[in-house]
Amino acid sequence: MKYMRLVLANLGRHKVRTILTIASVALALFLFASLRSVTTTLAATAQFGGARRLVTLNATGLVFPLPISYANRIKGLPGVTAVSWANWFGGRYGDGKTFFANFAVDPESYLAIYPEIVLPADQKQAFIQDRTGALIGKRLIGRYGWKLGQNVTLQGTIFPGDWTFTIRGVYTPTDPAIGDDVLIFHHDYFDERIGRAGIAGWYIVEIDDAAKAAVIAKSIDDVFRNSSSPTKTGTEREFQASFATMWGNVSFLMSTIGLAVVFAILLVTANAMMMSARERTGEIAVLKTVGFSDKLLFGLVMIEAGVMALTGAALGLGFAKILYPSINFNGAGFLPGFKVATSTLVVGALIAVGLMLASGLVPAVRAARLPIVQALRKVE
Amino acid sequence: MIPIVYNVRSVAQRPLSTALTALGVGMVVAVFIGMLALANGFRAALARTGSETNAIVLRKGADSELSSGLGRDVASIIGSDPHVATGGDGRPLVSPEVYVLIPLAKSFDTTQIANVVVRGVSEQAWQVRHNVKIAAGQRPTSGRAEVCIGSRLTQRFPHTTVGQTLRFGGRDWNVVCNFTAAGSAFESEIWGENEQFMPVFRGEVFQSITFRLKDPGAFDEAQRSLQADKRMTVDVHRESTFYAQQSQLLGNILSFLAIVITGIMAVGAVFGAINTMYAAIASRAPEIGVLLTLGFKPGSVLLSFLAESAIIAAIGGVLGCLFALPLNGIVTSTTNWSSFSEVAFSFRVTPALLLAGLIFAVVMGVLGGLLPAVRAARLQVVQALR
Amino acid sequence: MALVEIRDVYKSFQREEQRIDVFTGLTLDIDAGSFTALMGPSGSGKSTLLNLIAGLDKPTRGTVTVGGAAVSSMSAGQLAAWRARNIGFVFQSFNLLPVLTAYQNVELPLLLTNLSKKDRDERVKIALDVVGLGDRASHYPRQLSGGQEQRTAIARAIVADPTVMLLDEPTGQLDGKSSQEVLTLLQRLNTEFNKTIVIVTHDAHAAERAKTTLHLEKGDLIEKPRVMAGAVR
Repeated sequence: MKYMRLVLANLGRHKVRTILTIASVALALFLFASLRSVTTTLAATAQFGGARRLVTLNATGLVFPLPISYANRIKGLPGVTAVSWANWFGGRYGDGKTFFANFAVDPESYLAIYPEIVLPADQKQAFIQDRTGALIGKRLIGRYGWKLGQNVTLQGTIFPGDWTFTIRGVYTPTDPAIGDDVLIFHHDYFDERIGRAGIAGWYIVEIDDAAKAAVIAKSIDDVFRNSSSPTKTGTEREFQASFATMWGNVSFLMSTIGLAVVFAILLVTANAMMMSARERTGEIAVLKTVGFSDKLLFGLVMIEAGVMALTGAALGLGFAKILYPSINFNGAGFLPGFKVATSTLVVGALIAVGLMLASGLVPAVRAARLPIVQALRKVE
Repeated sequence: MIPIVYNVRSVAQRPLSTALTALGVGMVVAVFIGMLALANGFRAALARTGSETNAIVLRKGADSELSSGLGRDVASIIGSDPHVATGGDGRPLVSPEVYVLIPLAKSFDTTQIANVVVRGVSEQAWQVRHNVKIAAGQRPTSGRAEVCIGSRLTQRFPHTTVGQTLRFGGRDWNVVCNFTAAGSAFESEIWGENEQFMPVFRGEVFQSITFRLKDPGAFDEAQRSLQADKRMTVDVHRESTFYAQQSQLLGNILSFLAIVITGIMAVGAVFGAINTMYAAIASRAPEIGVLLTLGFKPGSVLLSFLAESAIIAAIGGVLGCLFALPLNGIVTSTTNWSSFSEVAFSFRVTPALLLAGLIFAVVMGVLGGLLPAVRAARLQVVQALR
Repeated sequence: MALVEIRDVYKSFQREEQRIDVFTGLTLDIDAGSFTALMGPSGSGKSTLLNLIAGLDKPTRGTVTVGGAAVSSMSAGQLAAWRARNIGFVFQSFNLLPVLTAYQNVELPLLLTNLSKKDRDERVKIALDVVGLGDRASHYPRQLSGGQEQRTAIARAIVADPTVMLLDEPTGQLDGKSSQEVLTLLQRLNTEFNKTIVIVTHDAHAAERAKTTLHLEKGDLIEKPRVMAGAVR
């Protein structure tokens, strides 16, 4: 592009202005990418869920437990290959200011039904064999500086008292939606201490064929429909998705702010472009005299706007893409696997192009339409 | 001092550039006010829920009503405690309550499920919680499967107005009244008789007991005495403190987001202001030369341009306030992660917030104008007049 | 046939409420290889005439033909392209783009052609050498004296080998010595390289260097050596 020298020279005329404008665009697109990623991450968590896993809850509400006797009855149903269960414990650690999920599970069946929970075989055995053992996600190691074999005490909130566990294993999830900051311990121990055996918070049911999910779910619910604890069964994805909707209007909020941000930088860039253009009427007249056509000048001004917009976009989007994985950001557990999706990059790039068009248009048209003679008269 | 009318007229002379810069500042201020109004609204809804004159009792160690469980014996112990106020009818103002969450599908999108609070109450509840008023219908009659639904639920969930039937917990409930509660979290709840709810949900156990303090100033003493009572293991909180604390997690998240997002946007706006001011000064170099020749000191030139930048930003601030004002009162809802329950609340734009927005705008203007103003002040006459 | 043929040209301007008639039926020829100075008081239309020849402006009536091309009836787009190849224009001041070096300024007209980088490079170097600024190629305008700036502008005006060179008060902002430099260069371009040159000037010294001087007064030519009939009214 033999004209690039001219374009770049023009941008270098006021280096401070050019740098500030590019920085504004970069900031805005960084913000935009971050906000949109909240939405995409929440949507992604709703995609998680083994296609062959169902979740069975108490139909009255998720805060109500189910009898443990259901396990065998569910296991006996056609299409069901495995059953496990868990109870939300909700214990607090330390001063309670930081939070992580903790629940009681049936160890062997739970780890079998969630192959995404990966840990060394010896740690797995140690956990299974120690009734007061705990399995923790690897993020907790970093956060609290815990070590294998260490004792950890939680304050029970729903189930009062001090609960001490020994860390027997550290797992790494292969799917970010599983959460790498969870603590799980033995259901047997839980039962024993609360003195009230036989309750499960929810069941996880593995089926043989994902296509039969709806049918099997209904068959489970049919079995318990008239009992004292009727169930509501759905795919794991539906279960996850329902959590995402609990955020309410967050998606909408993020989009609106995103729009405000984009609009604000549009103003900044347009302003900078117009200031440059105003100062250059004389030069544009000279170029036209030399023989640069209206069309060419239009293009050069647009390219100038484009260089600023696209450089800023690359910086802002690129930084967002690199930043979040490198600091392992997960929104305090609410946004597991937070990252900038490809779709966000594409939308960001389109915004940059739109920015270029919108901010460059008026100055470009002005340059193209500049009446040479009048402009020259002012010059001389 | 250079007269301010010089700056005002100069600003008016470049309307487009001024408008664009002001608008940029305005957007930042609008987002700032809007997001803090959201956090404010959420906190206010929860804060209004609790009263200074009431105390709430939970099982020891429970961090929310949901996690707690208290037996009837605890209710009678508290009922006969001397710290509890008595009502006009001579009965202690004590309200033992069942508290559970049930899933309800939203009206506009039935795939969206919210966890709504169902609260069991006794007659005393309506007196103990004194900002609760019946807006339509009659209180539930004892012994019947009837419920009273908070006004904030009626717009967002189906089958919640007087005369309709709502199904949950495997039973049908007649909606006999709707109530308001001064914009507090109670307005997002479903109330019914304790004895009706107990067999359906958790059996013979309450989740919380709220009572009116005979002497609100003596809360500490009441707390000590009840918590030390060996017949029960409880935590006692002042109701206002308890609910304020329930709003902390989400409130802090929203405030944090507000500050981070507007902080980043503000940097962009400041860059815009810097650009505008540099250009203005470049084109007005001869004027500055004249001012200096006339005898105005460089310090005056500095202040003058700083003021100009602040004026443009202040205009933006006013615009931002105007953009944000319509948000006031808009109702939205989310899940309060501390209690896991759905809470509806409205944006709350306060005068303090508007003022903060304006100040924020001026600060952005001053920051943006600083470097350019310094350059203007440093101009040598000879340079400027060339 | 003359290189530049101006035939019965009328030109008016609208200034506020008034209509100003600059030319009312001007007819004029300029031969190839000539060096013409256009003189006259301000408002006589000298610059306007230059603009008409360059296709920067259109006559209200009449025709302007340059090297056979009907300049007065070409479209703006056609004129731009035509100007790039046929006209070399030098202004009194503000010729050069301050953000480009002397070399880059001179190169500008060549960017509009299809020449390769190598060819462009060659021509720019030649042009700069001809005007005596070969060693200043990488200097920015602010690093050049007034005379050097104008010579750079002249280099730009010849680099594309145009049909005619038009200069509007080229020595107006220069001191005596620089003026002489520029005028000597122009003379050389005319005698050695056979360039057709028209300069508008107030400067009698400049006019002396030219081979022909035309006087314009209120849009009319007076004292017209080598001019065709019918111009004066």
